[in-house]
Amino acid sequence: MADIATARGHAFSGKPAAALEPAVSASAVERAGHPTTAPASPDTFPKLLLRNADIFADRPAIRHKDLGIWQTWTWRQVRDEVSAFARGLAELGLRRGDHYAIVGRNKPRLYWAMCAGQALGAVPVPLYSDSVADEIGFVLAHAEAKLVIAEDQEQVDKILSIRDKLSLLTHIVYDEPRGLRDYDRTALTWIDDVQRRGREAIARDPPHRQWWENEVAAGKGDDLAVILYTSGTTGRPKGVMLSHTNVLISAHNGNAFDRLGADEEVIAYLPLAWVGDHIFSYAQSYDAGFCVNCPEAAETVVEDRREIGTTYAFAPPRIYENIITITMVRMEDAGALKRHMFHFFIGVARRWGEKILDRKPVPLHARLLYWLGEILVYGPLKNRFGLSHIRVAYTAGEAIGPDIFRFFRALGINLKQLYGATEASVYITAQPDGEIHADTVGRPNIDVEVKVSEDGEVLFRSPGVFQGYYKDPEKTAETKTQDGWVRSGDAGFLDPATGHLKIIDRAKDVGRLNDGTLFAPKYIENKLKFYPNIKEVVALGDKRDFVCVMINIDMTAVGSWAERNDVVYGSYQELAGNPAVYDMIERHIDEVNRSLLEEAVMGAAQIRRFLVLHKELDADDGELTRTLKVRRSFIAERYKPLMDALYGGASEADIATEVTFEDGRKGTIAARVVIRDLKPATPAMEKAA
Amino acid sequence: MRAPAVPDPAAGDVLLAVDNVSLAFGGVRALRDVSFDIHRGEIRAIIGPNGAGKTSMLNVVNGFYQPQQGRITFKGVTRAKMRPYEAARGGIARTFQNVALFKGMTALDNIMAGRTLKMRRSFFWQLLRYGPAMAEEVEHRRRVEDIIDFLQIPHIRKIPVGKLPYGLQKRVELGRALAMEPELLLLDEPMAGMNLEEKEDMSRFIIDVNNHFGTTIALIEHDMGVVMDLSNRIVVLDHGVKIADGTPLDVQGDQAVIDAYLGVAH
Repeated sequence: MADIATARGHAFSGKPAAALEPAVSASAVERAGHPTTAPASPDTFPKLLLRNADIFADRPAIRHKDLGIWQTWTWRQVRDEVSAFARGLAELGLRRGDHYAIVGRNKPRLYWAMCAGQALGAVPVPLYSDSVADEIGFVLAHAEAKLVIAEDQEQVDKILSIRDKLSLLTHIVYDEPRGLRDYDRTALTWIDDVQRRGREAIARDPPHRQWWENEVAAGKGDDLAVILYTSGTTGRPKGVMLSHTNVLISAHNGNAFDRLGADEEVIAYLPLAWVGDHIFSYAQSYDAGFCVNCPEAAETVVEDRREIGTTYAFAPPRIYENIITITMVRMEDAGALKRHMFHFFIGVARRWGEKILDRKPVPLHARLLYWLGEILVYGPLKNRFGLSHIRVAYTAGEAIGPDIFRFFRALGINLKQLYGATEASVYITAQPDGEIHADTVGRPNIDVEVKVSEDGEVLFRSPGVFQGYYKDPEKTAETKTQDGWVRSGDAGFLDPATGHLKIIDRAKDVGRLNDGTLFAPKYIENKLKFYPNIKEVVALGDKRDFVCVMINIDMTAVGSWAERNDVVYGSYQELAGNPAVYDMIERHIDEVNRSLLEEAVMGAAQIRRFLVLHKELDADDGELTRTLKVRRSFIAERYKPLMDALYGGASEADIATEVTFEDGRKGTIAARVVIRDLKPATPAMEKAA
Repeated sequence: MRAPAVPDPAAGDVLLAVDNVSLAFGGVRALRDVSFDIHRGEIRAIIGPNGAGKTSMLNVVNGFYQPQQGRITFKGVTRAKMRPYEAARGGIARTFQNVALFKGMTALDNIMAGRTLKMRRSFFWQLLRYGPAMAEEVEHRRRVEDIIDFLQIPHIRKIPVGKLPYGLQKRVELGRALAMEPELLLLDEPMAGMNLEEKEDMSRFIIDVNNHFGTTIALIEHDMGVVMDLSNRIVVLDHGVKIADGTPLDVQGDQAVIDAYLGVAH
């Protein structure tokens, strides 16, 4: 069978063409030498596009796998597509200062839609493609969108269903015509037709070039570039306004921080509406001139990444967790020889891999073993997940388990942590190469200032800091001070030893013990949750004398442990109450207490008592949110008898809770829950490797 | 063996007509004097209780079974018997009640197999993969990729179908039938064994195939909700005899049908 999917990434990732050498290396020198506070002269996205079409000309700008083949557009082609698109949008009535929405997955034409509108001085508002119609309706109305560019029938249907409420919306443009043939065309146009109309207008009107250049030149760095709506955990989403300068300086500094150049290859697969994708797949590409690859479908990302051989990657922790889970499950099914080889070399990697990655001295025999492991295990594994060519990979969004983090680093993948916010155009802090700690989020990025307020909240100030929340001056004033400092809402501290920032919790959740010790529930909960046996944790301690935790065991992990150790059980409740399980959990908590003790700020908040809950916390019972976050205040009320027992000194407590079964019936679970005391950890514990 | 082909000028928009067909296996009379027609561009359902003769009927239509009596008129050509390959060449494609794919081959190769009849170059040139044969293969691959895109299965392109879940295997099978670019598509229980979501997906694909490619579809299905929603007209069989024929509304109200089938089943 002819394999016609041939546009492989590394075919392009060699040396740039000779003519490009000066431009590329000049900017590389500038990046390495003295990072600048402003991007090179082009101060808007459309201006950068014109620059790229000049200096990167026929190098690939964006690819899309369609019908099994990687289709490539060069920077010049993108410029022509965008200019025709812009002209077509102008014909549809889009004007400077108008707002328009973009909703869909990562497709070249949706990225072009951003730049095309920006060239006219209009402001794109990307939306989450999995939002329901009402959420989309809210944002479209709030942002006063005049036009929507939608990916396909699914999105068009959603918008049409709320059309009546959107008086400002004049037109819908769509990318994928399938299923839309019989729709009413009066306010619905295919992107191809928009571009065709643009091209016709250009043909009719020879001074188009002048028109286009004037439009682009009229844009200024301080103009609003984009409004990104944050998925609000509380209340309605807020529209974060970012200027061209905000986004481009932040992207430029991010590129400089990791010395990213025109040779990078990235896969664009995260939501367009998320600031991360806006920076990584759009702004950084325009700044550095590297190629962005759009996958064929959401399900093919791993395969597509492998074909491209990405060099720069960004993913939330769950993606990395998923890779490990898949690997481990597959290895359990593999033959004995393969399995032993895998575990042996993973052991070698865990011991030496990070040191080798960080260029620290390593004995010769370890180097040889690691080299062998690279050939037999690490190389094939990295290749399988498309990580062979990775130079820089980031994890962000939430805390990553230290074991997971170290696993990837041990394989020789330069995985790092980053702390960012929409309000900062992503970059606040990041880990520089060679300064990696599993529990910090790194140093302040170039041009970023970070400080911690008296009550422990992290504040930042940078050229990337947002203009304000759209139509919400009150919220803006709450978040951003007059002199440009932004409250992150996160509690954290700068680690005196390394100068790195550590994030401990959402600021509003941080409390104090009665003796004044800082108490960060999520910090403690996360430390415990990184043990596979522990699924959920509720840490208590605010305005109390000491810290207690309520534990949910992980039924899969503990169940398989029980099977291996001949522990018989009939239900979750029975397993949870088993003394051997209590012993196991106690050992985990002891380790956490010890690791807490090593930290100056958090050390005093030691866990003194714990219990294992008799039932799993469940969103159906209101104990977890729909996104599976623990609802502490609700639990405190519901499990009051257990709380009283924890702090009253009793060694067990009776509890009866009402539960909702999946079919909606209600029932009651009653149990006697055992409470255990923990010996406080002593500072002089083993300092093993 | 070939029956004399007589063009039927009165066919009009009838794509396929079955006249007085009877089929027996020894003493078992699977079909008794059944007549119905399929209009160009419609979705036609064949329903009936178990053992009613639905699959036998489809097998007669695509020439797999040879009826003892009766005639089949396809595209104005009347035959007493039709060979499966004649049916295939003539533009009839089908899927099977039990998925009939090459389990060890990838989804892509299975769908490519549906293009076999369209290949023009000799086996020899195809082996060499040279010149015109190569150009032809690229063109076939392009058509197949359109189908893969249409059925939204790019992620399983290179996976052996034996490893795929049942719902996706059914989709690959539909893909292979579509690769023949048929005029008449016969679907034998396309939604058997599927969960609600898979059924909804499959229903949408059937409607899309009908709308998008204008393909005429005849399908057997047990899920009454699906049948009533999808089809333009329904023919009802019971013990090899046609007991009703009409729009979903007609059939739903037909006393004979209610007695034989709907009333009993629900």
